[in-house]
Amino acid sequence: MELLEQFVHGNLDAFEALFRQFQREVYGWILRIVRDPAAAEDLTVETFWRIYRSHGRFDPAHSFGAWARRIATNAALDHLRKVRNLRAEVALPADFSQGPPPNPALQRETREQVLRCFRQLPAKLQVVATLALVEERSYEEIATALGITPGAVKLRVFRAVRQLRKSLTRAGVQA
Amino acid sequence: MNALEDEKIRKLLHAVFPPVGDAVPPRDLWPAVLRHLDEAPARVPWLDWVCAGVLAALFALFPEVIPALFYYL
Repeated sequence: MELLEQFVHGNLDAFEALFRQFQREVYGWILRIVRDPAAAEDLTVETFWRIYRSHGRFDPAHSFGAWARRIATNAALDHLRKVRNLRAEVALPADFSQGPPPNPALQRETREQVLRCFRQLPAKLQVVATLALVEERSYEEIATALGITPGAVKLRVFRAVRQLRKSLTRAGVQA
Repeated sequence: MNALEDEKIRKLLHAVFPPVGDAVPPRDLWPAVLRHLDEAPARVPWLDWVCAGVLAALFALFPEVIPALFYYL
């Protein structure tokens, strides 16, 4: 029996083999969305837990990677929604210091304003903005991960940019 | 909004969030997945709770349906 079919039947060894194969890809994808390595670790674990829980619903004829990415995107979206609801107005959000080093040419105050405005966007707009504008992923790839059409992704990017521009202008940042 | 304005936003975001690149998990996450599988109880879907509630209400209001239900089970 093939690995994917064994997984569908709930075989833990097959699941571990798939985990080993896709752990890095899933972690990287989640990190691109949440931009916080600690949260990305927890969400990778959560994603694979969700994957195992849904093993019976997976169709071995389809791509496991694409399915895993879709579940990872949903887990990351849930996280962003939770964080957005919890996050109080603070000068330096927690994830600011945990991601890759930002561009030093940009003034600290401006960076904080941009970050604050970005984190005020609805979670589903944050996801498309990060993936499309920062990570430069194709609309098709983002659409597959979110389970929507490329046209809907384009619309969300447009709305994200428009909202971001408005809040940045209100915050006094030239955009 | 034109392409030039989009590009400004894109540059601003790039400056704040540098692309992640090829990220690798800092540790093996398999033990954590196994722990999570052991710890997390199987959640009952909300629809199952609704169905159970409807059945309980039905049995309470019309107890005579209980033998009929058992007959068809």
